[in-house]
Amino acid sequence: MQGWSGRFFAQVGEVTLLSREFFRYLFRRPFELRPLLEQLDNVGVRSLSVVNLTAIFSGMVLALQMGRFLERFGAKIYISRIMGLSLLREMGPVLTALMIGARVGAGITAELGSMKVTEQIEAMRALATSPVKKLVVPRVLATVLMLPVLTILADTVGIAGGLVVAISELGISGGFFYRSLLQNMTLGDLLSGLGKAAFFGYIISIVACAKGLNATGGADGVGRATTSAVVASAVSVLVLDFFLTKLFLFL
Amino acid sequence: MAPQAFIRVRGLEKQFDGKPVLRGVDLDVAEGETVVVLGVSGQGKSVLLRHLNGLLKPDRGEVWVGARLLNRLNEDQLFEVRKQVGMVFQLGGLFDSLTVFENVGYMLREHARLDEDELGRRVARLLALVELEGSEALYPSQLSGGMQKRVALARALAFEPRAVLYDEPTTGLDPLVAEKINQLIRNLQKQLGFTSVVVTHDLRSAFAIGDRFALLDAGRIRFAGTAEQARASRDQLMCEFLHAAL
Repeated sequence: MQGWSGRFFAQVGEVTLLSREFFRYLFRRPFELRPLLEQLDNVGVRSLSVVNLTAIFSGMVLALQMGRFLERFGAKIYISRIMGLSLLREMGPVLTALMIGARVGAGITAELGSMKVTEQIEAMRALATSPVKKLVVPRVLATVLMLPVLTILADTVGIAGGLVVAISELGISGGFFYRSLLQNMTLGDLLSGLGKAAFFGYIISIVACAKGLNATGGADGVGRATTSAVVASAVSVLVLDFFLTKLFLFL
Repeated sequence: MAPQAFIRVRGLEKQFDGKPVLRGVDLDVAEGETVVVLGVSGQGKSVLLRHLNGLLKPDRGEVWVGARLLNRLNEDQLFEVRKQVGMVFQLGGLFDSLTVFENVGYMLREHARLDEDELGRRVARLLALVELEGSEALYPSQLSGGMQKRVALARALAFEPRAVLYDEPTTGLDPLVAEKINQLIRNLQKQLGFTSVVVTHDLRSAFAIGDRFALLDAGRIRFAGTAEQARASRDQLMCEFLHAAL
């Protein structure tokens, strides 16, 4: 098979094979806590500023656009419901995943890719240890665990941004915004967003690891792998989002 | 040659993306001897070497290490083989996020239950073997090319392997440092008595360290024998190789 379809299926194959290895090593002892904690710090704590910044401005823009639109129909009192629904179910998890895909996914691919082209991955195998157990498991696990946490944060900060705009630009009282939000949001709205986030975390990190471990050809190859990891993870998140939305609406 | 070779390769074939690299390699390496695999770049020397500890799987043919047939082993079983067969990579393959101490002690920490004091003593002894005492706290990026090779050698020897595989051990080093590395490889081999397979295109190194030589060309072993046999050989490529070395 040639061309882009051949490459696409080759990449799907790489990710599938790595997924199988990941689950094989995930439950194998010994469980190493230190590498996981390091990755939790890298994925979670060090992504706080970029996630917060994205969330607050997205929330503010959403409130501004929606507010002006709803005002025309005299329906601006619905602003907090719309904000809550779109942030919790969609924008929170998706925007967080896109930012983490760019920051963490690129980092993972660049790190594993340069280890690959300098024979460090092979050296690991030659020293009777599994690169999947040592490198892939902590990175994927940390991303899967951290993305929902970051999403909760993004939801909160995004709604806070929307609240500020609602008060200052639309003349809606903070108390009303808050009550209306709480009355209309269900636990299902929050959980479906967090469920998505966990899936996104998995796809971002496993794609990034697969791209890194299959990088070839020096610095140039690592660069190409990193670019394609970011693109592939962003596209995967958006495609997966559609199907997960279908699934969660059905449930 | 010993009656039963420690490493035995029979009819090994390997291709990448439909391009054959090895087309039926036969090779015997007796316990304790040093075999140098020669050949121009791109003839599959490194590919052959990576079959000897199972980093690559053969398409056809057999690879035996001791009593084990590597073809049939899965990755976990291959770990047991790799504990007996150390490897020194062309680029060193040192973990650049770990110190020299952590690099050399990597396998001991992973597979031997040693306390930190014992680990420290073992690593110090290994570093003394490669004449790099006291460099435990340095990172690979702080070392010269020759020093990196020596750390890689110490790391390969950490688990007291029965065989060591060297992938181009002197490539990228200046002649004086290369000479030192060759001496070190020779001395360690004599001192510890392990089996060695060295892949190189550097003939000076080859004759400095090898007991026997195998010339890989077009995916097959074209010549195999001792230094005297190599010099007496009428094989055209072997003659060209020898001529170039003088």
